[in-house]
Amino acid sequence: MSGELSLWIEIPVAILLLLSSLFALVGALGMLRLKDYFQRMHPPALASTLGAWSVALASIIYFSALKSGPVLHAWLIPILLSITVPVTTLLLARAALFRKRMAGDDVPAEVSSRRIQAQATASNPAPSATHNGE
Amino acid sequence: MSDLLSNAILASLFIFSLAMVLTLVRLFKGPSAQDRVLALDYLYITAMLMMLTLGIRYASDTYFEAALLIALFGFVGSFALAKFLLRGEVIE
Repeated sequence: MSGELSLWIEIPVAILLLLSSLFALVGALGMLRLKDYFQRMHPPALASTLGAWSVALASIIYFSALKSGPVLHAWLIPILLSITVPVTTLLLARAALFRKRMAGDDVPAEVSSRRIQAQATASNPAPSATHNGE
Repeated sequence: MSDLLSNAILASLFIFSLAMVLTLVRLFKGPSAQDRVLALDYLYITAMLMMLTLGIRYASDTYFEAALLIALFGFVGSFALAKFLLRGEVIE
């Protein structure tokens, strides 16, 4: 079916695929070996940016050469990842900060001004601070 | 498909599965809950990259749609788990 693809197409595709898998492996190794949770949050970005870009580029090159026309739909994956991964990472970082603060570890204090105001109003008993529903 | 490309695809699939095994070690070992959620999110991403590689291997578009679905559901799952860790409930 695709025996007529030239070597100039297959060599970049092979290199990009190997590069992407190596990025994924480095990310997994970093997540396994780093000491702190906030250090461990960094290596997965390697796979979701560089790894996804390389494999999408390899897919675009291969399918464009196979169907002898531009086939660009693999770009959807890096675009989708670039939207969704920061949201998850930010939420996980906030969850980890919250849990470590609750556990009494030495982490930075809350910087949300609304939360500080809520604590200030909760400290004096005059206002109705029953918004928690506990 | 020549020997070069099929061997490269086999090697990269092997390295992807090695990365997944290392992530599974972190998933089972992880000292805190957020470590496990992070490892699960990484498993989703690695499986999605593996799907795209398989799509090149079999020259089929179906794997791309599977990868898109994995990306979407992985985002929703990780979002829900992180939200659960943050508040103790998913929908407030």
